[in-house]
Amino acid sequence: MRMLALHLAVLAGVAALQFVLPAYHHTNAARILVLATYAIGFNIAFGYTGLLSLGHALFFAGGMYATGLLVDQGGWQPWAALLAGPAAGGVLAAGVGLLALRTAGPAFMIVTLMFAQAFHLAILYWGRFTGGDEGFTLSGAARRLGPFDLADPATRYGAAFLLFAAAMLGCLALVRSRTGRVLIAVRENEERTRMLGYDPFRAKLLALVLSGLLSGAAGATYGLMFGYVGGSFAAIQYSILPLIWVLLGGAGTVLGPLLGTALLFYLIDWASSVTTASQFVVGAVLILLVLFAPRGLLGLLRERGLRSLP
Amino acid sequence: MSLLEARGLVRHFGGLRAIDGVDFDLSAGEIHALIGPNGAGKSTLVGLLSGRIPAQAGTIRFDGRDITRLPAHVRVGCGIAYAFQITSVFPRLTTFDNVALAVQRTGARDLAAATGAALARVGLAGEAGQLAGTLSYGHQRLLEIAMGLALAPRLLILDEPTQGLATGEIESFMALVRSLVPEVTVLLIEHNMEVVMDLAQRITVLNAGRVLARGTPSAIQADRAVQAAYLGG
Repeated sequence: MRMLALHLAVLAGVAALQFVLPAYHHTNAARILVLATYAIGFNIAFGYTGLLSLGHALFFAGGMYATGLLVDQGGWQPWAALLAGPAAGGVLAAGVGLLALRTAGPAFMIVTLMFAQAFHLAILYWGRFTGGDEGFTLSGAARRLGPFDLADPATRYGAAFLLFAAAMLGCLALVRSRTGRVLIAVRENEERTRMLGYDPFRAKLLALVLSGLLSGAAGATYGLMFGYVGGSFAAIQYSILPLIWVLLGGAGTVLGPLLGTALLFYLIDWASSVTTASQFVVGAVLILLVLFAPRGLLGLLRERGLRSLP
Repeated sequence: MSLLEARGLVRHFGGLRAIDGVDFDLSAGEIHALIGPNGAGKSTLVGLLSGRIPAQAGTIRFDGRDITRLPAHVRVGCGIAYAFQITSVFPRLTTFDNVALAVQRTGARDLAAATGAALARVGLAGEAGQLAGTLSYGHQRLLEIAMGLALAPRLLILDEPTQGLATGEIESFMALVRSLVPEVTVLLIEHNMEVVMDLAQRITVLNAGRVLARGTPSAIQADRAVQAAYLGG
């Protein structure tokens, strides 16, 4: 009960932020909320089920391209195309999972990375449709969901908030459910979980599909919100970023993805304003993280007393 | 009435004939002990029965159904529960969550109540909120057994359950196992001969991957071949 109240309070705070933030940070916050949704998706696979994928850009960009191409070239209504995003993410994750989950550990990382790279290269190769490296922009009409125009900052923030709130509450419900308990058990000890009568493959596939679904939803929303679909979102950088966000905030915590995404976003923002060697600053912070808080900030908090943090 | 029938089981690891043509039967409701010297194939045999290790030849029937090719997690659903030799609870989860995982597999409606009852049965109700890794060794063994029991199995396989337990703990463990039959059939791998002779109704002796003898405790104690191979004359 206390934990539910804490999470609702965080959501209320995030909702209230939009009324006080200046324009620049207002846009940033909307961006962070969508990226944090992506991180929540990644966290379901990595943080709760122990599946370290290096290919999640496939699901994020897959959702983004599905929605972007359908609305731009397929003539779909934006809201219908938006639904195609999570569907694409989920289907791609199911396909990758059926093959990649036959492996584990480093092999799983490499196989997922390989799928994502193949997708990135395919986007570049079929540049006639995808715009290749440059991508394509979405027209104003493509960004209107009925009466809601995503080009309008307040509407955009609202859409980002709704997506994030649904993902976060969904994640909270999942990890406190019976299914969530099985996912965590698979992370902790797969063989033992099997001997309690659960099929670890099925549990991992479910986690990966849910993860891909959320990643696809985030990618699709990101594309419509900012009116741009590009190949860089399919690059390896976008597979590594959610890993760093989740590690920074705390893998296997519900609020960690938001915290990590926001912190890294503003760390990069601040570092680029003071030095051209911003990557160096980010690197140093990550090394400190690994040394002093290997379980992330909320992981540290959980170890230091707040044990019931989901 | 036979609950489990294994015929002609074979499992070799490279050149090692861990199980080499074993027939094995369990009657419903009995406490059956599996004994034999180290390396006799006891753990491999229960691995074959529980599905952790696939058989290379032979058949296993459980309650009339051929389960030889079923994976381990499906066999759990059929009613075969396996409690690990080396304590293998989830150390970073609470005692409650450990048992709840087993309880929810049975589809229990009221998870909290059923889990509480399973914990109370082994005397761990007071430790429900504790991380399993912080429990004492004896309590972790009891938790392991509670997890096996919480699956509501028809056959409970206990792999060296009394290893590392204090004398008093062994007493209460034996009382617990006796209270399970005849609803549950218990198969016990055990090195402690006092426990075996006291608890088991029938004993199977393995040696070098084959069945050396089977019978009641008194018959086994009188068996010359067993004495020569194992009990040390």
